[in-house]
Amino acid sequence: MRGVLARLVSAALVVWAAATCAFLVLQLIPGDPVYAIVGSDALVSEEQHERIREEYGLDQPLVAQYLNYVVRLATFRFGESYQLQQPVSTVLADQLWPTVQLALAATVLAPLLAVLVAVATSGRAAWPRRVAAAVELVVVSTPSFWLGIMLLTIFSFRLGWLPVAETGGVASLVLPTITLALPIAAVLTQVMREGLLSALDQPFAVTARARGVPETAVRYRHALRHSAIPALTMAGWFTGTLLGGAVIVENVFARPGIGRITLQAVGDRDLPVVQGVVALSAVVFVAVAALIDVLYAVVDPRLRRRTGVQAI
Amino acid sequence: MKHTGTVIAALLLGLILAAAAFPGLLTGGDPTATDPLATLLPPDAAHFFGTDQLGRDVFTRVVYGARHSLAIGAAATVGGLLIAVVWGLLAALSGRFGDAVLMRVADALLALPGLLLALLVVLITGKGVIGATLAVAVGIAPGFARVVRAQALVVRRSGYVEAAIGLGVPRPLVTLRHVLPNTFGPLLVLASVTLGISISTGAALSYLGLGAQPPTPEWGAMLTESQGFLHLAWWAALFPGLMLVLTVIAVTVVGRHAQNRSEGRYAS
Amino acid sequence: MSLVEAVDLNVWFAGGRVHAVRDASLRLEPGRCLALVGESGSGKSALARSLLGLAGPTATVTAGELRIAGQDTRGFGPRDWRKVRGRHVGLVSQDALVALDPLRPIGAEITESLLAHRTVPRNKVGERVVDLLTRVGVPEPEERARQYVHQLSGGLRQRALIASAIAAEPGILIADEPTTALDAAVQARVLALLDELKEQGTGLLLISHDLAVVEALADEVAVMRHGVIVETGPTDRVLDDPRHEYTRELLAAVPGTRPRPPRGPLAKGDPLLTVTGVVKRFGARTAVAGADFTLRPGETLGLVGESGSGKTTLARVVLGMAAPDEGTVLLDGAPWSGVPERARRSRRRTIQLIPQDPLSAVDPRWPVSRVVGEALAATGVPRAERTARTVLLLERVGLTPDLLDRRPAALSGGQRQRVAIARALAPQPKLLVCDEPVSALDVSVQAQVLDLLRRLQEELGLATLFISHDLAVVREVCDRVMVMKDGVVVESGPVEDVFAGPAHPYTKALLDAVPRRARTAHEPAQERL
Repeated sequence: MRGVLARLVSAALVVWAAATCAFLVLQLIPGDPVYAIVGSDALVSEEQHERIREEYGLDQPLVAQYLNYVVRLATFRFGESYQLQQPVSTVLADQLWPTVQLALAATVLAPLLAVLVAVATSGRAAWPRRVAAAVELVVVSTPSFWLGIMLLTIFSFRLGWLPVAETGGVASLVLPTITLALPIAAVLTQVMREGLLSALDQPFAVTARARGVPETAVRYRHALRHSAIPALTMAGWFTGTLLGGAVIVENVFARPGIGRITLQAVGDRDLPVVQGVVALSAVVFVAVAALIDVLYAVVDPRLRRRTGVQAI
Repeated sequence: MKHTGTVIAALLLGLILAAAAFPGLLTGGDPTATDPLATLLPPDAAHFFGTDQLGRDVFTRVVYGARHSLAIGAAATVGGLLIAVVWGLLAALSGRFGDAVLMRVADALLALPGLLLALLVVLITGKGVIGATLAVAVGIAPGFARVVRAQALVVRRSGYVEAAIGLGVPRPLVTLRHVLPNTFGPLLVLASVTLGISISTGAALSYLGLGAQPPTPEWGAMLTESQGFLHLAWWAALFPGLMLVLTVIAVTVVGRHAQNRSEGRYAS
Repeated sequence: MSLVEAVDLNVWFAGGRVHAVRDASLRLEPGRCLALVGESGSGKSALARSLLGLAGPTATVTAGELRIAGQDTRGFGPRDWRKVRGRHVGLVSQDALVALDPLRPIGAEITESLLAHRTVPRNKVGERVVDLLTRVGVPEPEERARQYVHQLSGGLRQRALIASAIAAEPGILIADEPTTALDAAVQARVLALLDELKEQGTGLLLISHDLAVVEALADEVAVMRHGVIVETGPTDRVLDDPRHEYTRELLAAVPGTRPRPPRGPLAKGDPLLTVTGVVKRFGARTAVAGADFTLRPGETLGLVGESGSGKTTLARVVLGMAAPDEGTVLLDGAPWSGVPERARRSRRRTIQLIPQDPLSAVDPRWPVSRVVGEALAATGVPRAERTARTVLLLERVGLTPDLLDRRPAALSGGQRQRVAIARALAPQPKLLVCDEPVSALDVSVQAQVLDLLRRLQEELGLATLFISHDLAVVREVCDRVMVMKDGVVVESGPVEDVFAGPAHPYTKALLDAVPRRARTAHEPAQERL
């Protein structure tokens, strides 16, 4: 029970710290936020200017603004979008589902690909490993926006197999998912294969072979689980890449979603939306971190006592 | 023959560096010269990589683009590294409280996706090359800072630092003589591997319209421009991206080679 | 019928470039134990692994004859070998913590052995696991089977590993350093278990660098060096009357088997180091719970205890690297603990450390000349004299000046430790703290480094605090000994007294674990008293 409480407190601290960083960063933005609210080229009278400052609380001292901001965050009220004339929470809620769809699809595809390729290429023969390593190098080095553009060019414009833009159907999810998942899968494959090979070199693998266990069983029964541990340490990076990748992928494929909204908010200096996105992604990060801790304990019994998860 | 790949990568990197330094040697054209009569031409003998929607020669633009893309990536890596060294060493060498504060800040920033952090920086600096460079630097700094701190702590607890203190060498001298150099070595190698990622991220910011602005011949920005004409002119999208991929591969391969060599040197 | 019959066995690695085992011949009978003895890199493990067909993916094995349990294994494919492994030949390796899969319960590991050869019907497997654990002496077997390796003590772990190795009832058991990772007291019990298996008819192939273990278990010994078996014979004959020069060398190098050099009367005069009531805690754990001792010039005090007993923490307090929570340390009559680092700095040269792992104790970027040079510079030796002084110091520790420009990675373990000693001597200390100074080294190198330390003590009249888990080594080099357990000094006194009549049960247990041969070699020294 105490472990769970400590986790919640530290999670809240991370979210609070991230939100505070965002608040401070946004204070550094040069120029009057009023112009961001009305659009920079609009002419604003002195009177209107004052009214807007008051309406958005910009006339209060910085400390008051900050406290106000924290209180609003804690109660999940992010304020009104400057540009879209609706509450930030509504904006985010509307855009959440397409991004979640995309992220979930990539979260299934990337580890699946990684496990299959890593197991297939961790055998005694060196050449499959070399081929895979070369492919992984190319994929990792390919920026996702170009990968997306090339996939669009080939499969949508040239071959006409898949839709060019979002249709709401599964077909329009295929290319964005691949674009988002491939670079992640390539990195995961490298990590997992490294983990597999080092596990196969460990004394326990020798012991297993000395029992007369076939090599494939040594790999699946013993080594694969060990290779999951270094892969799990990549989870933070994985989440970040997924969210950052969503910005790019949604832009390339003209999909609606959080990524699109984020980019638009940055372009328009729509600060409430930016703050909302920061808070959202910090929450996602913390949630993923908690989930990963549970997974660690499932994979590695040596970590069970500390996290309080029962042996299964 | 073990290092064939590295040799090819090094040669390629040399060529790209040459393009960045002396683009005039590789092409006689002007990267911004438009030609309304020669728009969206496919690759041929006159235009190796074809022309874009304004009739500009894609090959010339790709050659000139090397300078912008490399500069953003390199400057951001160096900048990120500098921030991280100060940050990480301060954390490692200051007391328990300072360490906790500095590392919690790094944790908070690491809780945000690198790209989102970069977007926040662009909000402050505004769009443009300098803004994008700073954004990439800030994006990689917290992760690096953690590495610097961890390495500095390992070195600080190592037998040789204890031996130096046991000889009565003053602490500042120990830091200068042992902690700093032994922290820095592995970091430089890490930086050479990160350079590829920085180049790629810089191009991504330009692609999103936040870095180099058209008509600058930056690879990411060129891709944005090409996207409206994908159904007509695949070449305008293919070649800038291809060069970007090749650059990142070349940098990564050379960087990994440096990494392997430096690790081999410490192995007994 | 012999269990193993190998004639002219050769093992090559790396495409024939490394010849690990050369023309080795051996024979193993049921109920007998053959020990392969040699230092690391002698090829003993490669030879043993080749009997399992597990010499490694890069290995090439040839043999004039290689019969295992009556089968000719020359020309065996992977499938044939798999039927031999576990069923005819079992493997028990060094450290069960890593030799059993840490992510699976030990019951699952034993089950794997049973199912690999289907020696037991599936529904009887659970029962059989419990039987096996009971047989190797694991209490509460049902419960233990569900536990993981890290939840078991060192001794239980090793028993579980043995259980998994004998699950499919192999006639041959290869035990590769089976007790090296264990504390002395536990070691004896695991050896007894292996002896019992031997009595029940298992043929045991023991691999060890530890002659005490060999003596306890083996009927026959084969001594290996550079891949060649240089001597074989019955254990007593080989150990008492070694015929090959290398065997003699190996026996002479074993610490504790050498006669204890005569010692002068116990040192007198003002103590150099006075430790009074030192307590050191880490959070809730008390690492050192009240230590009192003095050390006089020229005196060597042994500090003995198993890992985690608090001896290294006590050493760090003595070195002024950790502040005691209670108590005081006086060095040369002046306060050493509880004073600011500034006040200690100029006096630090008085007390120097010789570390356990010399590789991590020297800056990896620095050549030997700079490592020693830093120590000279710290004590104010002018730059112009440093090279000459460094050469002198290297000669003193038995190194040649051509190593001056070498980096640590390019030195052998013994050379590195000598460099660390040279650095410790550079500031002309009065007191050396040696923290397990030879435990990371090979046996023959250990003996050389111990000889060097003893010679330096005599020549320079140094006081030494000598930390070790190895009683034999302590007996050889120390005047007085202090035994530590769980942070408490349980016994102390002159080495002869403590060894002849230990007062504390823990000291008795430690002494019982010391090999017989080492203890008998001790007798003449007692007569000298």
